[in-house]
Amino acid sequence: MTQIATPQLDLARIRADFPILHQQVNGHPLAYLDSTASSQKPALVIDALTDYYRRYNANVHRGVYQLSEQATEAMEQARHKIARFINARSPREIIFTRNTTESINLVANAWGRANLKPGDRILLSEMEHHSNLVPWQIIAQATGAELDFIPVDGDGRLALDDLNTLLTEQTRLVAVTHMSNVLGTINPIAAIAQAAKAVGALVLVDGAQSVPHFTVDVQALGIDFLAFSGHKMCGPTGIGVLWGRKSILQAMPPFLGGGSMISRVELRQSTWHELPHKFEAGTPAIGEAIGLGYAVDYLSQIGMDAIHQAEQQLTAYALERLDAIDGLQTYGPAVAERGGVISFNLDGVHAHDVAAVLDQHGVAVRAGHHCCQPLMNILGAPATTRASFYLYTTPEEVDQLVVALEKCKAIFS
Amino acid sequence: MDDLYQQNILDHWKHPRNSGRLDSPTVSYEAINPLCGDKLRFDLLIEDETVKDVLFSGRGCAISQAAASMLTEEVKGKSLAEVRSLGKADVLELLGIPIGYSRLKCALLGLKALKVGVYTAIDEEWDEDELL
Ligand SMILES: Cc1ncc(COP(=O)(O)O)c(C=O)c1O
Repeated sequence: MTQIATPQLDLARIRADFPILHQQVNGHPLAYLDSTASSQKPALVIDALTDYYRRYNANVHRGVYQLSEQATEAMEQARHKIARFINARSPREIIFTRNTTESINLVANAWGRANLKPGDRILLSEMEHHSNLVPWQIIAQATGAELDFIPVDGDGRLALDDLNTLLTEQTRLVAVTHMSNVLGTINPIAAIAQAAKAVGALVLVDGAQSVPHFTVDVQALGIDFLAFSGHKMCGPTGIGVLWGRKSILQAMPPFLGGGSMISRVELRQSTWHELPHKFEAGTPAIGEAIGLGYAVDYLSQIGMDAIHQAEQQLTAYALERLDAIDGLQTYGPAVAERGGVISFNLDGVHAHDVAAVLDQHGVAVRAGHHCCQPLMNILGAPATTRASFYLYTTPEEVDQLVVALEKCKAIFS
Repeated sequence: MDDLYQQNILDHWKHPRNSGRLDSPTVSYEAINPLCGDKLRFDLLIEDETVKDVLFSGRGCAISQAAASMLTEEVKGKSLAEVRSLGKADVLELLGIPIGYSRLKCALLGLKALKVGVYTAIDEEWDEDELL
């Protein structure tokens, strides 16, 4: 059995930062193994939220009074922190949205409507989350563009052998996920982006699962858009990010119209504010943006490389323990090519029933199609149970999962 | 919460009653749970405003399978009016266990397939509010 090497992360200290982890569920210590759906929040982030609402809540970019100045400065500071975190050239390339889903819809609508015409092609993959699939279906229908798909191979990796045939002169955009939320597969984005550039296509990356778990450098990857969610990276819900290359964002028409995004407004026409405000109509999630800034501080201080390494070690350990359970099948590629997500099925037991029994043992996991119905069809499993890890996950929680799975087998035998 | 998978639930899951397809049903409707993609189909043979025969088929978790199996026993021989009046409370009573909010959709999937089938047979419009 794999010995877990000296941990790079001080798990006891990290866990002390997350108040929610210290509780009993159904008479067992909580083992929270659903961070892929949403991560837990450190006290630092929770405090940042209450601090904003208690001490300096006011609208931003509007008031000349003290509180508004303070709120504006804190929110813009968060933008700076996030820009540094993903190595954006400028904080003006950071657009606050609600989540990954809204970020992708922003590009599909604003960029898509202005740039796509009949005959144009958009290249996606078969492992996309519905949020990086459905917006493209809608925009393809509206513009007459067509969708192509990079297939998934038997190990749950993108089959890239035919990438150069899938990329045509008509391909305008490649939109792929950096890491699968079902299989944990980490995709070779830099190579895909390089091939896309060769045919002049833009590249959008769904970073919902990558930005929280390992270093993402938008310049090194050579991409054009990156979408991610605050709530999956120790930040609050209701705040997400779209990063885009400045020149492309500048050329794009707005997505939503309203306050804050305009420069001059007349009765019949308006001009747009500069970046990033052009894409931030209406009052933003101010406290949540500030909270996300603190989450980025927290992750940076611990170190994204250390987090990734620890998660891979834990995944290797978990795969070994799960694969040793008779009648249990795990999905996805080898550890070297994946992050801390493991989907599995127990022979003859529905994923929902597995998850319900695990819950009775304090283990929180997700069951279902994970918003990836096309991928589930390829796996030939209508549903899976999924355990996922983050910086606060311990080997003992994996052990608790294994014990609960044995109980589950006994109930349904 | 240790009582979710009671013996009666597991018994219906392992030995579903009235499972399969009818050769020539009066109506047949497949309900889908969009949360998990599970599907349950109810085939109904209706004669004289009465459910003469009923079979269910499809995949699902133990809760949805057990509830569907129990429902078939419940409605066989019942009048359409009686089937129409069945609701969430009746299914929960049949199951006899506490069902949390997230599993309600599982528990009621069979009821939906059954009732949409009956409403189709009598040419009445189905309203999802009936599952509330
Ligand atoms: C890969 C991936 N993309 C997109 C999303 C959507 O994220 P959100 O619901 O925060 O918009 C998720 C989260 O479920 C995800 O895992």
